[in-house]
Amino acid sequence: MPLPFPFSAIVGQEEMKLALLIAAVEPAIGGVMVFGDRGTGKSTAVRALAALLPPMEAVIGCPYNCAPDDGSDACQASLAKLGDAKKKTHKVPVPVVDLPLGATEDRVVGALDLEKALAQGTKAFEPGLLARANRGFLYVDEVNLLEDHLVDLLIDVAASGENVVEREGLSIRHPARFVLVGSGNPEEGELRPQLLDRFGLSVEVSTPTDLQARIAVVRRRDAFERDRAAFIDDWKPADDKVRRRIVAARKRLPEVQVPDSVLERAAELCLSLGTDGLRGELTLMRAARALAALDGDAVVGDTHLKRIASPSLRHRLRRNPLDDAGSTTRVERAVSQLFGA
Amino acid sequence: MRVDEEDQARARDAVSAAALFAVDPQALVGVAIRALAGPVRDQWLALVRGWLPPDRPWRRVPLNIADGRLLGGLDLSATLSAGRPIAERGLLAESDGGVVLLAMAERLSAGTVARIAAVLDDGELRLARDGVAGTVPARLAVIALDEGIEPDEGLAAPLLDRLAFRLDLDGLRRLDPEASGLDAASIAAARERLVKVELPEAVITALTATADLLGIASLRAIWLATRAARAAAALDGREVVTEVDGTIAARLVLAPRATRLPTAEPPPEAGESPPEPENAPPPDASSQDTPPPEDNAEQPPIDLDQMMQDVLLAAATAAIPPGLLAQLKAGAQAGKARASGKSGAVQKAATRGRPSGSRRGEPRAGQRLALIDTLRAAAPWQRLRRAERDACTSVPSPVERIRPTLSRGERGDQRLQNPSPPGRGAGVRDSAQRTDAPDQGPRVLVRREDFHITRLEQRRETTTIFVVDASGSSALNRLAEAKGAVELLLADCYVRRDRVAVIGFRGAAAELLLPPTRSLVRAKRSLAGLPGGGGTPLATALDAAIELADAIRRRGETPGIVLMTDGRANIARDGKPGRVQAESDALAAAKRLAASGHATLFVDTSPRPQPSAAKLAGDMRAIYLPLPFADARALSAAVKTVNASGKARG
Repeated sequence: MPLPFPFSAIVGQEEMKLALLIAAVEPAIGGVMVFGDRGTGKSTAVRALAALLPPMEAVIGCPYNCAPDDGSDACQASLAKLGDAKKKTHKVPVPVVDLPLGATEDRVVGALDLEKALAQGTKAFEPGLLARANRGFLYVDEVNLLEDHLVDLLIDVAASGENVVEREGLSIRHPARFVLVGSGNPEEGELRPQLLDRFGLSVEVSTPTDLQARIAVVRRRDAFERDRAAFIDDWKPADDKVRRRIVAARKRLPEVQVPDSVLERAAELCLSLGTDGLRGELTLMRAARALAALDGDAVVGDTHLKRIASPSLRHRLRRNPLDDAGSTTRVERAVSQLFGA
Repeated sequence: MRVDEEDQARARDAVSAAALFAVDPQALVGVAIRALAGPVRDQWLALVRGWLPPDRPWRRVPLNIADGRLLGGLDLSATLSAGRPIAERGLLAESDGGVVLLAMAERLSAGTVARIAAVLDDGELRLARDGVAGTVPARLAVIALDEGIEPDEGLAAPLLDRLAFRLDLDGLRRLDPEASGLDAASIAAARERLVKVELPEAVITALTATADLLGIASLRAIWLATRAARAAAALDGREVVTEVDGTIAARLVLAPRATRLPTAEPPPEAGESPPEPENAPPPDASSQDTPPPEDNAEQPPIDLDQMMQDVLLAAATAAIPPGLLAQLKAGAQAGKARASGKSGAVQKAATRGRPSGSRRGEPRAGQRLALIDTLRAAAPWQRLRRAERDACTSVPSPVERIRPTLSRGERGDQRLQNPSPPGRGAGVRDSAQRTDAPDQGPRVLVRREDFHITRLEQRRETTTIFVVDASGSSALNRLAEAKGAVELLLADCYVRRDRVAVIGFRGAAAELLLPPTRSLVRAKRSLAGLPGGGGTPLATALDAAIELADAIRRRGETPGIVLMTDGRANIARDGKPGRVQAESDALAAAKRLAASGHATLFVDTSPRPQPSAAKLAGDMRAIYLPLPFADARALSAAVKTVNASGKARG
């Protein structure tokens, strides 16, 4: 695997970077959908984030990377087989699993282990991508080109946090809590509204139009290609800083206060925009809290709410398919009305 | 004379692009060649192949390649004979380090394009198919053979954007590679030199500025241009990229991507020519935390930079292909039309469907066996079946003797299976069988009940063609309301994931405002931009609608026509005004429409519906719906009926 481009060396795209950081701090946010033109560094950002995240504690031998204190049945069962009653843990990098196009269902959900079945005649479960992505990130590039039956499957698992496998005489359930990161170009196919709704945050990226920014992008990429190690080294202090920020935010997150007034504001905002369901308010609250944690604030305030309103809500407005760039504007309008900014 | 010079320039460009590509195929990603199969294309391909290192793969990808062959998966024959899963490398992985030729690339499905694009981006192939998962290196370059003829046939935008060069060899007689003075040896030398080539920041700046002035949004284009400039320097025997190389890159990489002509007056400063009034992110927002070393370091004399930019821009502008130039001058959005060339994808989906899982069943009537699932179903039973097989066939010679006892029934059966009941002895026999006679019989015992077939999702695509009357009479009446009605219908199409096309007619002509698309935003925009006024060339509009509907049906999709007009034709087919002729032409066209069998909805937009319009609707065998009584629900229901009947008929 070639070394990834450093996260902090990505020029611009602040909204996308912020959304990814929030997802890293608060996995319960429910995923990030990145819409944007070709070649805007969507994939680069996700892979860069993976390299940035601090390693996590996981039970040795657990195919689902379970945390030591979170012994799910599936994990226990597989450990019992290993004969390793005592749980030893080790540090593993946070998994960032790619769901490539053309993936087949058996590899995604996991399936009967063909090797064992054919050679030994034993029935064994071979975990799939969903198992590997547990506690990490599942990245689907061009999610709008994914086969429909896989999309259905993702929707289901992302909602329940659990992968239920009922096939080929197997009956297995295992935890599959991951941050779903999708990317896509709306011009190349629409995304099912159900899947869109699963994503907590939705960000839009565009090619930078500022000349200096564009030059910087090409320049940094050239430097990176010429000498990857040196370039990564140059950016290591900046990346380290981001990592420390994530770690500190994670620690701070449980203590961040959300005053009732902020909750009221969030509810008002959702009401005025007519978003469907409660998911909008929940996401807004969680995202604002994570943002406060990232900023080092102890209490969530209106500023946090304002900054996170667009990515949290723009994909939840009652869809008007004919309104092109309308949703962002609509959210911004509602925000400025509500906050009187 | 002029044309001749142009052809010569194109031929020269084709040779230089071949040389640059051969120097650094992977960084330049690829070449799109627009030409029909012919001697020039063959000559070009032979030229590139001769210039590339001889030991590199050079593979051709057929148009309808299956995922299994493209990406890899389980090698079925090997798996069956070995009795354990054996992975098979796909074509992309096999071509690692080499060049992949995409035949008839304009018809590649969106899915295939996305798979190839992902590999081009990553330089490796991520695979998760059929029990095989992993990442394999696949550093590829691509030569896409675009055999499109019509302007709207072309490579899919995601692929086109990734390839450095776009060549149009159409109409060229032959190339003259000798004139370039290059040969395989000089190219190989350039390849050696490439790692040492420095790219000064002034060249990056100049290329970026040039791209900006030509309205090229994609950053990838600039990146590819810098790679091309490096290759050009290496080819020229230098270790520093100069203006000359930048010129070549601008000419070959940037010019064909231009979306507008640079404005006449030179920009006051390099940084001041925002092509789109988009909300640009702050230039160095990310570098606030960390001052990047290179951003401030570089401040060379601005004049030199400016000069280089001017030179590059002039070179690029001069090299904009004539067809594109005409388009740009006319103010049309270049590249947009090409981007919609996905006819292959649609056809594939419509006629054969996409695989969506598998189900138990036998492969009959052309259904495809889902081998992997069949194997999976068979796998758990292998031990038992082997035991059964052994019991039946591998009983030693006394078979003959036993047979009579067998026929006697249960007791004989017992004796045969002696000493243990069927299940238990199986394991022993099984292992004995495997060690003693490994080659006897198939390794995997597949039975009929294991068969699974691939389930294809055969969703026929529906395309609704809106034919909107924007003539004076309609405009006076309620063009705005008609537009509103169309928007309602569009929302409905969105829900059903239909595609839409828009034909507008006014004055003397009918115009295809929007070729079939799923982007409703574009549909809405094309409608909003539809001016009103002029005559009502109804016959011409109907002809255009029939033609489009026929084309859609030929692609295996279901067309439906929604005609929004007041039905008062006053322009004949030949474009001349005259109510009598116009009406008889319209009647003839209506009958043609009826004969064509396309499902049609006639929405009468006049304020007081006329019986003549209802009659015309009857003549075209359309459902007639006068707008004054049509609310959103009625319209939606009517379109649904139309599409349903289209399906039934089509």
